[in-house]
Amino acid sequence: MKQDVVVDLSDLPMNGSGTASLTWWGTVAFMLIEGTGFALMISVYLYLGSLAPAWPIEAPPPEWGPGTGVTLLLLASLVPNVLLSRWAAARDLRKVRAGLLIMAVFGTAPLVLRVWEFMALDVSWDSNAYGSAVWMLLGLHTTHILTDLLETYVLAALMFTRHADNPRRFGDVQDGAMYWNFVVLTWLPIYACLYGIPRL
Amino acid sequence: MSARIQDDQRDTDLADAPLDAALRRVWDTPRGVWGALATVDHKVIGRRYIATAFVFLAFGGVLALLMRWQLARPESRVLTPDLYNQIFTVHGTSMMFLFAVPVMEAMAVYLVPLMVGTRNIAFPRLNAFSYWMYLVGGILLWGAFLVDMGPDIGWFAYVPLAGPQYGAGKRVDIWAQMITFTEISALAVAVEIVVTVLKQRAPGMSLDRIPLFVWAMLVTSFIIIMAMPAVMVASTALILDRLVGTHFFNPAEGGDVLLWQHLFWFFGHPEVYIIFLPAVGMISSILPTFVRRPIFGYLPLVLAMVSVGILSFGLWVHHMFTTGLPRLGESFFTASSMAIALPSGIQIFCWLATIWYGRPVYRTPFLFILAFFFTFIMGGMTGVMVASVPLDTQLHDSYFVVAHFHYVLVGGAVFPLLGGVYYWFPKFTGRMMSERVGKWVAGLLFAAFNFTFFPMHVLGLLGMPRRVYTYQLDMGWGGLNLFVSLSAVVLAAGFLLFFYDAVRSARHGEPAGDNPWGAATLEWATASPPPSYNFARLPVVRSANPLWEDDGVLPVAGGLRVDRRELLVTTVGGALPEARESSPRPTIWPLWSALATTALLLGSILTPWAVVWGAVPVTIALIGWFWPGGRKEEES
Ligand code: HEM
Repeated sequence: MKQDVVVDLSDLPMNGSGTASLTWWGTVAFMLIEGTGFALMISVYLYLGSLAPAWPIEAPPPEWGPGTGVTLLLLASLVPNVLLSRWAAARDLRKVRAGLLIMAVFGTAPLVLRVWEFMALDVSWDSNAYGSAVWMLLGLHTTHILTDLLETYVLAALMFTRHADNPRRFGDVQDGAMYWNFVVLTWLPIYACLYGIPRL
Repeated sequence: MSARIQDDQRDTDLADAPLDAALRRVWDTPRGVWGALATVDHKVIGRRYIATAFVFLAFGGVLALLMRWQLARPESRVLTPDLYNQIFTVHGTSMMFLFAVPVMEAMAVYLVPLMVGTRNIAFPRLNAFSYWMYLVGGILLWGAFLVDMGPDIGWFAYVPLAGPQYGAGKRVDIWAQMITFTEISALAVAVEIVVTVLKQRAPGMSLDRIPLFVWAMLVTSFIIIMAMPAVMVASTALILDRLVGTHFFNPAEGGDVLLWQHLFWFFGHPEVYIIFLPAVGMISSILPTFVRRPIFGYLPLVLAMVSVGILSFGLWVHHMFTTGLPRLGESFFTASSMAIALPSGIQIFCWLATIWYGRPVYRTPFLFILAFFFTFIMGGMTGVMVASVPLDTQLHDSYFVVAHFHYVLVGGAVFPLLGGVYYWFPKFTGRMMSERVGKWVAGLLFAAFNFTFFPMHVLGLLGMPRRVYTYQLDMGWGGLNLFVSLSAVVLAAGFLLFFYDAVRSARHGEPAGDNPWGAATLEWATASPPPSYNFARLPVVRSANPLWEDDGVLPVAGGLRVDRRELLVTTVGGALPEARESSPRPTIWPLWSALATTALLLGSILTPWAVVWGAVPVTIALIGWFWPGGRKEEES
């Protein structure tokens, strides 16, 4: 077909940031998938709870301590996370490096505490359906923390290489920070569910 | 001919031939085995995806013939009961998870980037990964079947039959992991399509100028994103019940068997629309070409698709009417089952009006659309019938239901799909399929399909249950069953003729040219088959039927780089240019990632610890995938 050039794109930026970035949209889509997964798991928990004559089934409600600790750690991590995102937006490499290291620590700490949280459930996954549901909910969210943490490690390493000083990398850091916010926010309804419902 | 390409060379001052050479240098997939395994070209992957899905259709068809051979006579002994169970399960599973959903996504993988006027799909490496995962999932199911380990629990694997108590051995685990493979691949493609449609449309392709097939795939992808996690949760819980002794579905320990049905049908009913909406989109995109006028009622058609997408989530319980749910709940779901007939009706009327006001040209793709109309309306009517609780109570699990869903699936999806293949084949291959053979295929399939499946309604009313491997002589079902089986052979012959025509035409068909049908949408604005970079210059869109309104001159955009893979990111609503973005080069890492994931998932059937040690290679492969390569694509 004959062509007629009617638009000139020469002056556009060479990569998109924020909502002009494809990865941003991809991240949002994956959050939608995982958010749906969590909503479904919570529904399973509530469904099984609504059928059982007593909930939790033959187990005490989970102890508050470790789970609340995890929650506080996660909430606290939002502060450096938001700062990190700002520094990445400002393309300040030194601060971004520091921020990623801090986030690596803030990601690892709740994961360690999780071990005690699992024990504080006071029920095994194979004891009964209640045990199965709480282990699966907690397990799923732990996998979430774990994958995001690995990503943080890799990004942190990357930021100390020659690939670091590139708007693309800063975009990755921002998307990573957005995803961490999601990991923290999805935890809150799960926390309410695991610790609140058995005490109703 | 090749002018020297410098850094940051733009397409603006290049003539056609040097532009083509330059773009080929960065966009062509390298030749050889490495190139084949590493390609991220959406057209190569799309073609592979389509071909693979049709292979699974053929395999599933062979199983269907085996079932019909067994059922042709009463008390026949062709198949053992156990083998029959495996066969109907593998037939249903294969058709739903390895053919119907993937083939629609595969058509989109090929067509959507072309139809929206971009150079590659969003996340091309994820696309490669998704194909490998799909392929492995298919090999897993069929490999297991060939060694007598095929699942035997029906395509929806109800517990307790599928649970640890009754489903001994590894058959069910294979089914459940096959789900994981195919859902990962389906979700990946859904994400790619959503982002491609929202962010990579040609400049000027505002929301009201998006081709209807693309709209359909956008809605479908959202349904996939919202629905597929349900079956992942379900199959994961099933695997856990079987493998590590959880009790999700075990009533003795506070679990519940109906939980499985809720989760499965929360996915399973939208699944029907995941298959059907793309077909709707194909019809809406093909029809205008053959009646030589724009579609009637673009906006109502878009709204109908969106509302079908939303309503499809209010329907799942209608698969469970016979389970004794509370009365009010049942009325609600009956109402929403009937409500979905409304947007379907709007679509049908828009199509009829399009035909009515147009000048139909009776070419093969159009014949398939006509076949669709009749068949699908039949399927819809029996659907409204079984949406009422009292009737469903009678007909549940009978051959009436088998007839109903084949009318919907084959009539509503396979016919439009075949029409789509005849229509887009010249774009895929550069050659036309045979018009003469095509008319035979369409006629044969339509007639034989109805002869095969219509009598099944009657068999259902006569009380023949589904999933029985045989029946007694004095039931009096013998005559109809023999008729059905003979018709199934003719049906198979129709499919065979189709495959013959496709294979022959791919090599010897008439050369097609860019736009053999004189169609209006952008995929026809480039060569057939399109070059690796799709469009030498990205098209600019000024109407919903760009090729009909610009008098043979394509308005395009200039200014992109030709020394790296570059495409355009535009805004969601008005498709205004936002950024020039790079697109990844070929890489072998998606294949490694798929293989590592395969090791993890297969290992987990044998021991839960596989998840732990299997995570190591997966992590390594993913790091290799995402580690920047330091090429020009990295520049920003
Ligand atoms: C083209 C020729 C086809 C024939 C002759 C055929 C035949 C059959 C038969 C006889 C059964 C019933 C088995 C039983 O209940 O005992 C069956 C089940 C089924 N078919 Fe087909 N089929 C065909 C194509 C398809 C297609 C294209 C799809 C999907 C896109 C499909 C999806 C299914 C499903 C989901 C089941 C239910 C399996 C189960 O009960 O678990 N079939 N088919």
